[in-house]
Amino acid sequence: MEALHGCITGESRGQATVFPTVAHYLSLVKQLVADGYTMCVDVTAVDYLAHPDRSLPLGVESKRFELVVGLLSIERRQRMRVRLQLDDGESAPSLFDVHPGTEAMEREVFDMFGIEFDGHPDLTRILMPEDWDGHPLRKDYAVGTIPVQFKEARS
Amino acid sequence: MRTDTTRQTDEGGQELKARHELGARELLREVGSVLRMSEAEAAALALDEIDPSADETMIINMGPQHPSTHGVLRLMLELQGETVLRCKPIVGYLHTGMEKTGEQLTYLQGGTNVTRMDYVSPLNNELVFSLAVEKLLGIDGDIPERAVWMRMLLSELNRMSSHLLFMATNGMDLGAVSMMIYGWREREEVIRFFQKVTGLRMNHNFIRPGGVAADLPSGWRDDVLGLLDQITPRLDEYDTLMTGQPIWRDRLQGVGVITAQEAIALAATGPILRSTGVPWDLRRDQPYLHYDEVEFDVIVGSYGDSFDRYAIRLHEIRESMRIVRQILDRMPGGDYRIQDKKVTPPPRARINESMEALIHHFKIFTEGFKVPAGEVYVAIESPRGEIGCYIVSDGSSTPYRMHVRAPSFVNIQTLPHMMRGGLLADAVAVISSVDPVLGEVDR
Repeated sequence: MEALHGCITGESRGQATVFPTVAHYLSLVKQLVADGYTMCVDVTAVDYLAHPDRSLPLGVESKRFELVVGLLSIERRQRMRVRLQLDDGESAPSLFDVHPGTEAMEREVFDMFGIEFDGHPDLTRILMPEDWDGHPLRKDYAVGTIPVQFKEARS
Repeated sequence: MRTDTTRQTDEGGQELKARHELGARELLREVGSVLRMSEAEAAALALDEIDPSADETMIINMGPQHPSTHGVLRLMLELQGETVLRCKPIVGYLHTGMEKTGEQLTYLQGGTNVTRMDYVSPLNNELVFSLAVEKLLGIDGDIPERAVWMRMLLSELNRMSSHLLFMATNGMDLGAVSMMIYGWREREEVIRFFQKVTGLRMNHNFIRPGGVAADLPSGWRDDVLGLLDQITPRLDEYDTLMTGQPIWRDRLQGVGVITAQEAIALAATGPILRSTGVPWDLRRDQPYLHYDEVEFDVIVGSYGDSFDRYAIRLHEIRESMRIVRQILDRMPGGDYRIQDKKVTPPPRARINESMEALIHHFKIFTEGFKVPAGEVYVAIESPRGEIGCYIVSDGSSTPYRMHVRAPSFVNIQTLPHMMRGGLLADAVAVISSVDPVLGEVDR
C-alpha cells in the first residue's frame, strides 16, 4: 500500500483507511480537507484492551485505544477512514478548528472512553451525568446487572 | 460489580454558564464552542453584539419535559427579552448504553437493539446494521433479489411514515393542530401495513443479516396500492392547508437559516444539508440496495430555512411513493433470505423431522454465527440523514464494538447556530424543523 501524505494506508473490506501518528494526525486531516474530504461525518473510538496483537499494517504500532474518524468527500463521493492509535491517558489533538462539527462527537468519545482532546473548547461529559464514575465503553468497565430473585428458588 | 480502574473524572459542568461567571476569554471560548466556530472566528464577531450587560440577560431551561422538544431534549437558552443570544442543547436523558449492549448481543440479536435507537424509522436502523454485518461476512453480493427489493420497499415506506410524523409534529408545534391529527392518521395507515408484514408496529427486527425475517403476506400488493392511492390526495390537502398559507409561511420562512458551508462544517446531513442547496443523498450518490435502478429526484432547497426543510420532507414523501410504485412493478419472486446455512436458521418444517436441523436452529439462536475479524463502516440515507454503522469484529459471534453514527445526534448540534439571534417563539419552529429523535441522539 502506498503512503498518503506520509502516513501508512490500509483497507478493510474495500474501505480506504489511513493510519497517522499522533504528531501527523492534525496535519493529515488538514491535507485531506485540501484533497476534498470537507466533511467529518463521524468520530468514534474502539478500546482494544482484549486484542493488543490485532492485525495492523506493517509499521503501525498497536496501542490500547483507537480513534476512528470518518471523512467524506462530497465532490468525489468517497469516504476515508482515519485510525489513530492512542495509549491509555494519551490525548489526541482536537479536530474542532478544522471541522467544528466534531465538537459533540469528541465529547461523546471523551465521555465514553475517557480520551482527552487538546484544544477542545468544551470537553465535558455529554451523555452520562457529570458526577458519573468511569467511562462506560471501556472494556474494563463491566456491564451492570440487576439481581433477580426467583420465587421458590433456594437462595 | 464494576471493575473500573479509571481515575475519577473532574470535568466541568455540561450546562450553559451565566456571563458573570465567565472571564472574557472563557466567554469567547464558550461562544465559539456553542456556536461551533473556532475561537478566532468567535473573536471576529463584534463583542458588543455577543456581550450585553449581564443583568439584561437571563438563562432559562427549555425542556427536558417541554412538549415541543420531541422527547427529553433540554435546551439552555440565554435570552435578552425575546431574543435568543446563546443556546446549548443538553442531551443524554435517554442514554441507556445501547452501544455497550450491542457488544453483548450476537449478530442475530443485534437487530432488536439497533431498531430501538431511531424508533420513528426502525427499519432503516435494522437495514444499516444488516448491511454492515453482511459486508463483514462477505455475503453482501449474495443477498437474494427479492430480499433486496423488499428491503427497499420497507425502507421507503418507513421514510414516508417518518416524514408523515414530521408533518404532524411540525404542524402541532406551530399551532396547526388539525395537521397533527392528519399526519398521525396517514402514518397509522403505513404502520398498519408494517404490522401486517412484520407483526409489529414499531421495533420490527424484520430486516436481518442475510435477508428479511419472512416473506410478504398475501395481498400485500393491494395493500400498498391502497396506501398510495389514499395518501396521494392527502398530500395535496396538506399543500392547501399549509404550504400556500400565508400564516404558515410567515412562521417558517427565514427562520433557522443555515448556509451550505455551515451545514457541511457541522456535518449536518439529510434534509438540513439538502435545504441549503447541496444535492447530497446517499441513495443517489453512494447507492446501496438497488437505488441505482429506480428513478427519483433528490429534492433540494435554496434558502436553508425551516420552510425549505418542511417542503423537502413533503416532497420526499412524494418521491418515496414514486420509488414504491417502481418497486411494485419490479418485485421479483424467489427467496427472501440467503440460503447460507451459516447465517440462516433451517425452515420451521425441517425442525420437526430432522435432529440436525433442530441442533442447528438451537445453536444459531443461542451461540449465533461467527463473523470474520475486521471492521467496516456502512452508511445509508435514513429519513433524518446519514445513519452509519461501524462494526469491529474480532472473529467471535458478538461485535467487539458496534457504533451507530446517529444523524439526529449530529443534526441537533446545528440548533445553537440556527437559533442564534432569533426569537424564542421561533426556537420551537427550529427544533421541529431539525426533526430529532431523542432515542437516537442518546442511544
